[in-house]
Amino acid sequence: MPSPGKSKWAGVLRTPVGVSAATLLAAVLLLAVVAPLLWSDEAAAVDTGQILRGPSAEHWMGTDGLGRDVFHRVLVATGLSVGLALLATAIGVLTGLLLGAAPILLGARAGRVVSAMVNIAVAFPGLLLALFFAVVFGVGASGAVLAIGFALAPAFARLTQTLVAKVSGLDYVAAARIAGLGRVRLLARHVLPNVAEPLVVNATVAAGSALLAFAGLSFLGLGVQAPAYDWGRLLADGLAGLYIHPAAALAPGTAVVVAGLAFNLFGEAIAKGVGLRSAPVVFRRRDRDEPVAPAPAGEDRRSVLAVENLRVTFPGGTAPVRGVSFALRRGESVGIVGESGSGKTLTALAVAQLIEEPGEVTADRLEFRGQPLHELPDRTRQQLLGTSFAMVFQDPMTSFNPTQRIGRQLAEVSEQHHGLGRRQALDRAIDRLQAVRVPAAARRAKQFPHEFSGGMRQRAMIGMGMMGSPALIVADEPTTALDVTVQRQVLRLLQSVRAADDVAILLISHDITVVRRFCERVLVMYAGRIVEDLPAADLPARARHPYTRALLAAVPDMSTELERPLAVIPGRPVDPARVPVGCAFAARCPFADEQCRGADPPLVADREGRRVACWHADVTGGRPMMAEEVRVGE
Amino acid sequence: MSELRFEGVSVRYGGHRHGLTAVDTVDLTVPEGRVVGLVGESGSGKSTLARAAVGLIPLTGGRILLGGQSVRRRRSRPPLQMVFQDPSSSLDPRMTIGDSIAEAVPRGRPGRRAEVIRLLELVGLSGDRARLYPAQLSGGQCQRVALARALAGDPRVIIADEITSALDVSIQGAVLNLVRDVQRELGLSVLFISHDLAVVRYVSDFIAVMYLGRIVEYGPADQVLARPRHPYTRELLAAVSEPVDPGDLDPALRAVADTEPADPHHPPPGCRYHPRCPMGPAVLDDRDICREHEPVPQGHPHLAACHFAAER
Repeated sequence: MPSPGKSKWAGVLRTPVGVSAATLLAAVLLLAVVAPLLWSDEAAAVDTGQILRGPSAEHWMGTDGLGRDVFHRVLVATGLSVGLALLATAIGVLTGLLLGAAPILLGARAGRVVSAMVNIAVAFPGLLLALFFAVVFGVGASGAVLAIGFALAPAFARLTQTLVAKVSGLDYVAAARIAGLGRVRLLARHVLPNVAEPLVVNATVAAGSALLAFAGLSFLGLGVQAPAYDWGRLLADGLAGLYIHPAAALAPGTAVVVAGLAFNLFGEAIAKGVGLRSAPVVFRRRDRDEPVAPAPAGEDRRSVLAVENLRVTFPGGTAPVRGVSFALRRGESVGIVGESGSGKTLTALAVAQLIEEPGEVTADRLEFRGQPLHELPDRTRQQLLGTSFAMVFQDPMTSFNPTQRIGRQLAEVSEQHHGLGRRQALDRAIDRLQAVRVPAAARRAKQFPHEFSGGMRQRAMIGMGMMGSPALIVADEPTTALDVTVQRQVLRLLQSVRAADDVAILLISHDITVVRRFCERVLVMYAGRIVEDLPAADLPARARHPYTRALLAAVPDMSTELERPLAVIPGRPVDPARVPVGCAFAARCPFADEQCRGADPPLVADREGRRVACWHADVTGGRPMMAEEVRVGE
Repeated sequence: MSELRFEGVSVRYGGHRHGLTAVDTVDLTVPEGRVVGLVGESGSGKSTLARAAVGLIPLTGGRILLGGQSVRRRRSRPPLQMVFQDPSSSLDPRMTIGDSIAEAVPRGRPGRRAEVIRLLELVGLSGDRARLYPAQLSGGQCQRVALARALAGDPRVIIADEITSALDVSIQGAVLNLVRDVQRELGLSVLFISHDLAVVRYVSDFIAVMYLGRIVEYGPADQVLARPRHPYTRELLAAVSEPVDPGDLDPALRAVADTEPADPHHPPPGCRYHPRCPMGPAVLDDRDICREHEPVPQGHPHLAACHFAAER
C-alpha cells in the first residue's frame, strides 16, 4: 500500500509549471555535476593572444582578461555556485530545524529560551545577518557558506517552531508520549514527517535565495576568492569591461537568473501541488428518477412553510438533498434528525435561501407564509425573510461580526427591514435582549460578541431573529456546542418564544434524544431523503423505519437497559457522491432484500398522517429492534 | 493492585495574576477493576485531570497514586494509558495502524507482529488491516485502533477522554460496547470522561461530578443517578431526562436558571455553584453560608459537597 503522500508529489509534476520548473532544475543540477568534470581544462586555458575579445564562433561569449573562454567558465562555475548555495541551505535548514525543535528536544523551559533567541534573530534582515557573519567568519568561500547558512537559520527556526507547535499539540503525539517514546524518536517519527512538506517547499525557495546571496557576496569580494570562481566572481570580473564587452558580464548574470528561477519556480510548484489537500471529488452522473414524495395532506391557512420535492444539487450530479417534502404550521415544532451527510443542514439552508453557487435548489413548491419563495423578486423575498424568518446557527461566534457591539448588530436588522431610526432600533434591540432573558440587557448590548458566553451568544442570536415578528425560526444544531445545562436553557427559551408568539420552529440536530424532548414531530433523514415522519410521542415504541429504530437503540439514554449491549448499525453513512441504487439504507439494514436493493421506497403516509419510506415498514413495524438483529462490527 | 487515586491534586495554568486553577485539590479514587465516569461541563477541569494523570500536564499540588505508588516515580512506560476524543488526530496519518500499535508494545518483547494482530483482533478488527493507514478507516474503526494502541502497553488503568463525542451516532454504540467488553475481560480500571450523562450511565460503576475544578458529588452510579445529593447533579439529570417546556417557574428560580456559567478565572467565593443554585442564596434567604463557606464533601460512600445535601 503506497503512502497517501506519494501521489501528491506526482501531481506536482503533472502541472505545466511543475514540469518546466522540474526540468530546468534537473538541467541546472546536472550541469553543476558534469560541467567541472568535462570543461575545467577549457575554462582554465590561458590564451594571451585573445584577451578581452567579444563573442565569436570560437568563443561564444568572448574571453576575459587572461584570454580564457567566458562561456566555459560560466558553465564550470555552475558547480561551485550551486554546490555552495546548497551547502549553505543545508546548514541553514539543519540549524533552523534544531533550534525550532528545541521545545521538544530540550523540554519546555530551555525551549522557551531558545525560542526567545530565535524571535530576536528573526527581527534582523537576512542580508544584514549574512554580512555580519561574513565579517565574523572571515573572507572566503567557507566563511560565506557559514554566513549565508546562519543567516537563513532564524527564518527556518521560526517556521519549524510554528509547525512543530501545531503538530505536537495533536493527540497522536500525546499518545506517543504516554507510550513512553523518547524525545528524539518522538521528533523523528511523529513530528518531522508531518511538518516535512512546508519545510521542503521553503528549503527549495531558500536554496534559490542562497544562490543569489552567494553571487552577491562573491561580487562584493567577500565570497569565493581567486583563483577559484563562481558566478558572482565572474560577474564582478566582467562588470569592469561592461561597456566594451557586455557578454562577459551578461553570461554569468543570466546563469544566476536561470538557476535562481529554477529553484524558486520548483518551490512554488510544489507549494501549490502540496497545498491542495483534498483530492477532487469524483462525481457520478445519476439519470434515474427519484420516487417523488407526495405532499402531506391537511394544510390550512396557518401554514408557515410548505416544501415539496425539494432538491439541492451540486455540479456533476451530486444531490445531497433528494426530494424532501414537509410542511410547518404556526406554532409547530418539528425536528429533523440525521447523521452527518444526511442532508439535514442543506435542507435548512435551502429553505432559508442560503445555498450558494454552484449549489442549485429546485422544488415543486417552496412556500413561506403562502408566498412562493422561488418566484418572488429578490427585494420582496429579502423583505419577507428579513422580517418574519430567523435562523440560529451552531456556532454564533461566526454569525456575529466580532468587531461590532451586539446591540448595534441587532439594531441593524430593524433599521434595514422595519425602517426604525438608530435610537429606536437600539431600544428595540435592548428590549429583545430582555425578551430572550439576557441579564442586564442594556449593559450587555454595548458589549462585543467575544464578551458573551456560548449560551448568551445563542440567546442574542435568537433575539436577533426576534427583532421582527418571526413566523419561523430554523435552528441548526443550536445547542451542540453547549453544555447540557446551558443547552436546556436555550431550548427552554426557544420553547417559550414558540408558546408566546406562535412561532413555528424547525430544529435540526444529530441528537435524537434532544429532538424527541423538544419537538412535536420528528422527521428522520437518511442520505438526502426523509425516511420517516412521525409524532415525537410515538418514539421509540411506534417508530417503523429500521433506521429510526436502530438509531434509537444505538444511542444510550437515561433508560437504556444496562446489561445488554447497545445495538450497532453496521457500515457507515452514505457518501452523498455515491448514493446507491435502491433504498440507501439497504446496505446497513437487517431486513433488506432484493426489492430494497432494486428500488427506492416512496414516502407513504398512513391514516394518521405518519409517513415512512420502507418496503418492509409493515412487517417490521411495532416490534422493538433487537440488538441481535443488527450485526456487530463495522 | 491497580487502584488509581488522586490525592489533593491541583493543576494551575498561567501566571500568578492571570492564571486559572483548572483542577483544585481534587480527591478521587478509581477502584481496581471498576469504571468511574467523570461528568461536568466544558471548562470544569475533566480533561485537565485526565492529562495530568498520564503526565502530559505537570501537577501544581497533590499526588497521583497507582496501587499506592506515585505515578511520577515510574520510568518510561507508565501502566496508565489514554484514549483521546478525536480518532482522526490521535493516530499519526503517516504511519500504518500496525506501526502505531507496534510502537506502543514494550520494546524487547518477542513477536511484536503477532502481538499487533492479537490486539487488533481484541478490538474487533481483523489482523490483515495492520497495513492500512488511518485515512482508510472510518472514525469508529480508528477509535478501535486507538484503544488497541492503549492496550498494547499492558496498562492497568485506561483513561478515556470523550471517546465517543466525535463519532457519528450510529457508531458510538459499537465503541461503547467494545470498551465495556474489554474492560470486563481484562479487569481494567477505567476513568471514563464524558459530558454525556447517558453515555456515562451506560458504562460506569461509579460517577463523579465535576464543577469548576472541584468534585461536587461522587458515589455508586445507581445511587448518584437515582438519588442525586448535589443540586448541580440534579440539574444535569433534569437537563437530559425531562421534556423541554418553558415551564412556569417563579421569577427567582427563572433568574437562577438563566444565570451564566461562572468564569473559571474568577470562581465565586464560598460554594462555587451558589450563583446558579436553585436552593441557594439566590433563591432562599437563609443561605448566606453558601456564599461564605466552601462545603466539604460528606457522606459515605456517596459524597456530596453541599451544605444542604440532605435537603431537596
